[in-house]
Amino acid sequence: MFPFSFEWVWDIGHMIFFGGLWYAVGILSAGMIYVILKAAWDTMSESINNSGESH
Amino acid sequence: MDSALIPEGAKRCSLPKFSIGMAIVGAVLLWGVWAMFLCWFKGLNQTNMNDYYGFALWIWADLAVIAVGGGAFFTGMLRYIFNIKELKNIINFAVIIGFICYSSALLILAIDIGQPLRGWFIFWHANIHSMLTEVAFCLSCYFAVLTIEFIPNILENRQANKVPFFHHLAHNMHGIMVIFAATGAFLSFFHQGSLGGVAGVMYGRPFAVREGLLIWPWTFFLFTWSAAAYGPSFTLLVTKMTEVITGKKLVKDNVVHLLAKISGWMIVTYIIAKIIDTIYWAYVTAPSLGFKLSHFYTDNSFYGYWILITEIVICGIVPGAILVIKSTRENPTLRLVAIILGTIGVCLNRWVMVLQIMAVPVMPFDTWALYIPSWQEVATTVLPVAYGIMLIALAYRYLPVFPQEKELNSVKPITESE
Repeated sequence: MFPFSFEWVWDIGHMIFFGGLWYAVGILSAGMIYVILKAAWDTMSESINNSGESH
Repeated sequence: MDSALIPEGAKRCSLPKFSIGMAIVGAVLLWGVWAMFLCWFKGLNQTNMNDYYGFALWIWADLAVIAVGGGAFFTGMLRYIFNIKELKNIINFAVIIGFICYSSALLILAIDIGQPLRGWFIFWHANIHSMLTEVAFCLSCYFAVLTIEFIPNILENRQANKVPFFHHLAHNMHGIMVIFAATGAFLSFFHQGSLGGVAGVMYGRPFAVREGLLIWPWTFFLFTWSAAAYGPSFTLLVTKMTEVITGKKLVKDNVVHLLAKISGWMIVTYIIAKIIDTIYWAYVTAPSLGFKLSHFYTDNSFYGYWILITEIVICGIVPGAILVIKSTRENPTLRLVAIILGTIGVCLNRWVMVLQIMAVPVMPFDTWALYIPSWQEVATTVLPVAYGIMLIALAYRYLPVFPQEKELNSVKPITESE
């Protein structure tokens, strides 16, 4: 599964199969990390703005 | 009692009535769970699978739910990548159906492998020469995509949406949904295809084997195409069933007509390709391997030419024609007939490609091997259906699944002239 695994071989089969897997996993993870961080940022910005307006 | 959770402006049945319905379906679910635990604790001797049938009812159910669940990836692709705006009114439901189908497929596989604690071996000790490894990779990743696509709808629940972080998270996820939808379409293309490819590369099974393009047999493309064609029909069928059960109109006719039209054209093009494939296989591929067409459809008590005619003509050409012609497509009864036939057609295709393959004799001393599943297999196959009904019921009750529901079911004020 990983290049450091004892079964790993640097051949075209491993590169295509696992390249595809890590490509998909990478996009999904990056996308989710981005939306979670942006949601946290938006929430904090909103709360700061709201507290600013109340003073 | 739970009115604070119900979407604003939506009317739902009382909680006791809802609970009774859930309890009835829950009893069926528990029957399936009991059979599942029997298979896990006592082993696959609980099934009627044998040396002929290493793939049996479960794998048919697995392939069938994946095929009909194809409506999620195809509708998602049309909505987010081709930007067909009308489909925003049905995409939530398509995603929920896809989520149910793919989680069911993974559950069935978890039972089928007999030793679920070793399920992770397929990733860690991957056999890179197996199409099923690709299927496992894509299936798991695509299930993650469907979960991601389902999350915003859950976060839009009336109470969850009051939490600022959840509100922003749902909004931001909608914002980049095109990326997730594109990844889902990429993954679906390969796993739907590879499920067909598994049949097409079985050189020892002349009923299944096909020529193809490079490493991909024609069944690879036919499976992807059929899932994209019939999946939307299944989405429309479940939508119609939900409308009948709830007694409400949930999606406007123009949306239904559009999705039915797209499904119809996909079915027509698919069935032309399927007919060409079948003729080439019957007159070139099978004879080159020493078999006549009649060998696959005679001398047994079940598999006759009727199954070929049913799949291609009754459940292929007929629904395709109904959905393509405007007047028949817009007739609610004919449209319902077409989407039912279409759903049966794709399930029948998967049955043929999983179970008829196993039944056909290959060696001169072989006979037809027919198979009847055990009650444990039936119960575990019914289990995902019960689970699906419960999840749809919960989602419909507590989530804003259908954006047009409020508009379509608003009570009109009584005017003086009335």
